[in-house]
Amino acid sequence: MDLYEYQGRALFAKHGLPVLGGGVAETPEEARAIAEELGGRVVIKAQVKVGGRGKAGGVKLAEGADEATSHATNILGMDIKGHTVHKVMVTTTADIAEEYYFSYLLDRANRTFLCIASVAGGMEIETVAHDAPEKVAKVAIDAAKGVDEALARAIVEQAQFPADVADQVVSIAVKLWQAFIAEDATLVEVNPLAKTTDGTVLCLDAKVTLDENAGFRHADHEELEDKAAADPLEQAAKAKNLNYVKLDGNVGIIGNGAGLVMSTLDVVAYAGEGLGSKPANFLDIGGGASAQVMANGLEIVLGDPDVKSVFVNVFGGITACDAVANGIVQALQLLKDRGEAVAKPLVVRLDGNNAEEGRRILDDAANPLIERVDTMDGAARRAAELAASGV
Amino acid sequence: MAVWLTESSKVIVQGMTGAEGSKHTRRMLAAGTNVVGGVNPRKAGTQVDFDGTKLPVFASVAEAIEQTGADTSVIFVPPAGTRSATLEAIDAQIPLAVVITEGVPVHDTANFWAHLQSAGSKTRVIGPNCPGIASPGKSNAGIIPADITGPGKIGLVSKSGTLTYQMMYELRDIGFSTCIGIGGDPVIGTTHIDALAAFEADPETAAIVMIGEIGGDAEERAADFIRANVRKPVVGYIAGFTAPPGKTMGHAGAIISGSAGTADAKKLALEAAGVRVGKTPTETANLMRDLVKAL
Repeated sequence: MDLYEYQGRALFAKHGLPVLGGGVAETPEEARAIAEELGGRVVIKAQVKVGGRGKAGGVKLAEGADEATSHATNILGMDIKGHTVHKVMVTTTADIAEEYYFSYLLDRANRTFLCIASVAGGMEIETVAHDAPEKVAKVAIDAAKGVDEALARAIVEQAQFPADVADQVVSIAVKLWQAFIAEDATLVEVNPLAKTTDGTVLCLDAKVTLDENAGFRHADHEELEDKAAADPLEQAAKAKNLNYVKLDGNVGIIGNGAGLVMSTLDVVAYAGEGLGSKPANFLDIGGGASAQVMANGLEIVLGDPDVKSVFVNVFGGITACDAVANGIVQALQLLKDRGEAVAKPLVVRLDGNNAEEGRRILDDAANPLIERVDTMDGAARRAAELAASGV
Repeated sequence: MAVWLTESSKVIVQGMTGAEGSKHTRRMLAAGTNVVGGVNPRKAGTQVDFDGTKLPVFASVAEAIEQTGADTSVIFVPPAGTRSATLEAIDAQIPLAVVITEGVPVHDTANFWAHLQSAGSKTRVIGPNCPGIASPGKSNAGIIPADITGPGKIGLVSKSGTLTYQMMYELRDIGFSTCIGIGGDPVIGTTHIDALAAFEADPETAAIVMIGEIGGDAEERAADFIRANVRKPVVGYIAGFTAPPGKTMGHAGAIISGSAGTADAKKLALEAAGVRVGKTPTETANLMRDLVKAL
């Protein structure tokens, strides 16, 4: 889960890292109140989970509360690379003398953590790494040992931080590592880490990604989720513990197992080439899914107005195909009983555990909406055709 | 022979008394796996009856090894306990630890992996978040359904569980030496490369299917390994050509992985290493069938 800057900043502050004072606002009035409280010059920053907001006009300096209000008015609602700005952060300003870069992140390839530090901050670190690789220090961190003061000092030396800020950066490096571990983050990035004209080192930005698998030991992380920004169908799916992602096509997809569902999206996209049919969503009902889970999934997918046909692709490993078939039949009955007539055709392919029984259940139901096709490629083709014919 | 798991493997289950652990212990026994016991410190000294097969519960992995000669552990403990269970298996130096548990925090996996390295343990960890390993007709350690395919000469390594089953089903006419589900987590104990090296060395394996998916650069690195080290024919399949950009690790992440982790990049890398890559699972299976006929 990627955090907004204001959330990352709050998390940094909680772990004792030096950040600027300020607050977050959803309206110009709230922005004014924060600016008045802070007094003097303030910065208004659009809160979006995408880079390049400065160039897009999403970061503005204001001389006082009036200007802060007018900047907030302009920035709120702004579109930055497809992301609508719903919140702005209002902070005090810093007179920057130098800009550095510091991050910890998961290094998948080496199965450990990595520290990246540079005295060339304030710009994209990829650019620095490309143009001046000698200015980027990369230090592997032993996940079982972590970062203590001695290692932090070695990192600071390797990255050639100036002597006058070394002690401050060492302290920040240790605290940032503690935050990285304590919060189960997979990325904590400070860019820029800035030295002000009075010699103080501050974290002027906070980019944080948290590991959702670790949610069971972080009850407080749930409130960091941006429920308002999520697609309504994604929200409804999440409430039912379904792994669903909305896409922009017209063939609803339901399968079991992330790999098989990803593969199903591909196969439908290939089959739909020239027909104008594309996958409308990703929905993984997981392993060992019951009839109820299948019914929940079908309800979500059928609730998407963009969906013209549905492809249910299940290979029963632990999941039993008879349970899947029962779930399909039950879901259609449930929707019918509720008066929500379903007119969208379903193509179902069942293989593996109890496939024979599952197919028999579908055949016995004799529902004209359900079409059984017994190969994955054939079923994908049929679902793409049905979506294109615009039933 | 087969790879890592054979008819002589003696299997214990960490978490055997839990709901998932007991369900799958029963299935493993039915598949002919030589399950010799389970581990649960709170129930040590008791026995669990699986349809007439009485299995002892031990206090620790070390005790289970001492009493039974176990060489493989399948781990079904919940995510919060997975790190300590895996560390226990590593410290007991069990040769193979198969971590089935889904939803393990990546800090925990990175931690036990670092411990495995620094302790110099000989344990091979497969997973976490994987379906396990099956050598059809010999033994089955994990949750891979045993009745999809019989023994044969194809080796299979895959990041995805259900795609593993799909490919086993597609190629059941030829059969498999060993099927290894390595899991799709960002940090895993056994990689495509480890499995490719083992299949290359295994006399029962004549050809290899490798299944990957978007994210990371494991497939690209596997392609380099194949070019340099694998003489047996390999076919590949990558899932996720049309998937939206997944969870990004932010800008800093791109520095490390180099390539963007797209399916296209992985396909190109594999093809450049001489691997034939299918567009769909069925097409991939057909490529393998053609290769096996030509052997």
